[in-house]
Amino acid sequence: MKITRDEVRHVAALARLDLSGAEVDRMTDQLNVILTYVAKLDELDTAGVAVTTHTQQVVNAFREDEVRPSLPREQALANGPEQNGEAFVVPKIIG
Amino acid sequence: MEYFSLTLHEALRRLDAGEISSVGLTESVLARIDQVEPTVRAYLTLDREGALRQAEQADIARGRGQAGPLCGIPLAIKDAFCTTTMPTTCGSRMLEHFVAPYDATVVTKLAQAGSVLLGKLALDEFAMGSTSEHCAFKVPRNPWNPDCVAGGSSGGSAAAVAADECFASLGSDTGGSIRQPASLCGTVGMKPTYGRVSRNGLVAFASSLDQVGPLTKDVRDCALMMNVISGYDPLDSTSIDRPAPDYLASLQDGLKGVTIGVPREYFSQGLDPEVDQVVRRGMDMLKEAGATFVEVSLPHTDYCVAVFYLIAPAEASSNLARFDGICYGFRDRSADTLSELYNRTRSLGFGDEVKRRILIGTYALSSGYYDAFYKKASQVRTLIKEDFARAFASCDLMVSPVVPTPAWKLGDKADDPLALYLSDILTLSANLAGIPGMSVPCGFSSAGLPIGMQLQAAHFNEAALLRAACNLELRAGVVGRKPVLV
Repeated sequence: MKITRDEVRHVAALARLDLSGAEVDRMTDQLNVILTYVAKLDELDTAGVAVTTHTQQVVNAFREDEVRPSLPREQALANGPEQNGEAFVVPKIIG
Repeated sequence: MEYFSLTLHEALRRLDAGEISSVGLTESVLARIDQVEPTVRAYLTLDREGALRQAEQADIARGRGQAGPLCGIPLAIKDAFCTTTMPTTCGSRMLEHFVAPYDATVVTKLAQAGSVLLGKLALDEFAMGSTSEHCAFKVPRNPWNPDCVAGGSSGGSAAAVAADECFASLGSDTGGSIRQPASLCGTVGMKPTYGRVSRNGLVAFASSLDQVGPLTKDVRDCALMMNVISGYDPLDSTSIDRPAPDYLASLQDGLKGVTIGVPREYFSQGLDPEVDQVVRRGMDMLKEAGATFVEVSLPHTDYCVAVFYLIAPAEASSNLARFDGICYGFRDRSADTLSELYNRTRSLGFGDEVKRRILIGTYALSSGYYDAFYKKASQVRTLIKEDFARAFASCDLMVSPVVPTPAWKLGDKADDPLALYLSDILTLSANLAGIPGMSVPCGFSSAGLPIGMQLQAAHFNEAALLRAACNLELRAGVVGRKPVLV
């Protein structure tokens, strides 16, 4: 299965990445090498094999729903590239 | 002998005996850093004043009889752990000026044990890589030959320990990122069982594979560090609520009654003859110590790289979605719209390898390809896990090389991502199966580069690894051999 330049552009858009023309070329070539390699998984018949998404048998780790102090707003905002002391600031979304 | 070159446990003994103060120890290490850091390039952040202040406090605590298990010992950590006292960059432009609002659980545990935090160590950007060459700021060098890679992604953590720039360090291991640099730099490195050590505050790469562990100068030091960092953490819902043993108790001379498996597939194609030879010599030493050897098989080994390089990028593409220029980190300020802001911020903030993995992962999870790639890989992961379960039915632990070759020259595999991915073949499967693995210095190549032995055991059997490791260490005669850096 070969990935095309258009598919790389589509996947980049899904991942919120802008790629230059040269980047698209390079990534297409490299992704094709990698995808050709991983296609070796097709050698295996996995019909009926369960998936493993987690190696330990843990169940949901719930805690009691108690009110506890949370991160103070000032600290939560401290790393914001743009903030006004109350909220993170983003470009206008609705015109 | 200079203080900086001591092992952690020997430094502790001298602190306890009153032969040296923590301030003296810290000054010795800081002087060593000044001397060798221009060559080794392991530190992204060095907190001189903070370290000396903590050392003074440690000396006071010791004087009062309140010394914790690592009281006064200068340590350093991979720059992927959140710290409130210095930046956490993850080796990325994206987090260049990020100072976390909380400390990682393991950082808190090290502090509570009384240790002194020297600084943060270089790594591949977001821990994605096998050479640390993908660090946006600084590429650490192999102390045994500065033209060679230190390995990755915890390259700075291994190089700093090997170069005596700290007494021990922490790394994280998603597909070998502790064990591989440990092997290439000649240090001990352990990836504990998934869930043994809290990941809270470790910047996530691939959440079902990431695990925190120590890199140390010898096996006893590894046990000491494991004693401090292991255990359940309610802040990490994947940590396991199961008491951790005293790992020092597993350091016994002799391996009578221990059965060691030799996975046939790990000694096959592509293994450097010197690596093969050194590891087999190490196996003879374990035999002399009383261990019995059996051949075992992990038939799906050949599929590990393919499985890993689908699952890890898939999880990474999801984890790294949070870096969008809004709440923290880099933001491109030229954008007029929100979607431009997202795209430009991520395109400028992430390096090449991170983009490559985000693209692979996004593709593997995307509509129409999910079954063929992500689901298929997750099914084969089950087969890999079952291979290990079968093998551990007939042995207590397994022995193998860590990396197929000794350290290679910087830049050598930089243009061939797949070649680099394939070099991870011997370490990836432990993460896919969630089992503990360890690299122990075993010998040297004819060019004087370290070669490690990998030990792997069943879930939560770190004690078996440490026991075999200390028996190898006692017999291999490589402890105390240091790189010449000045």
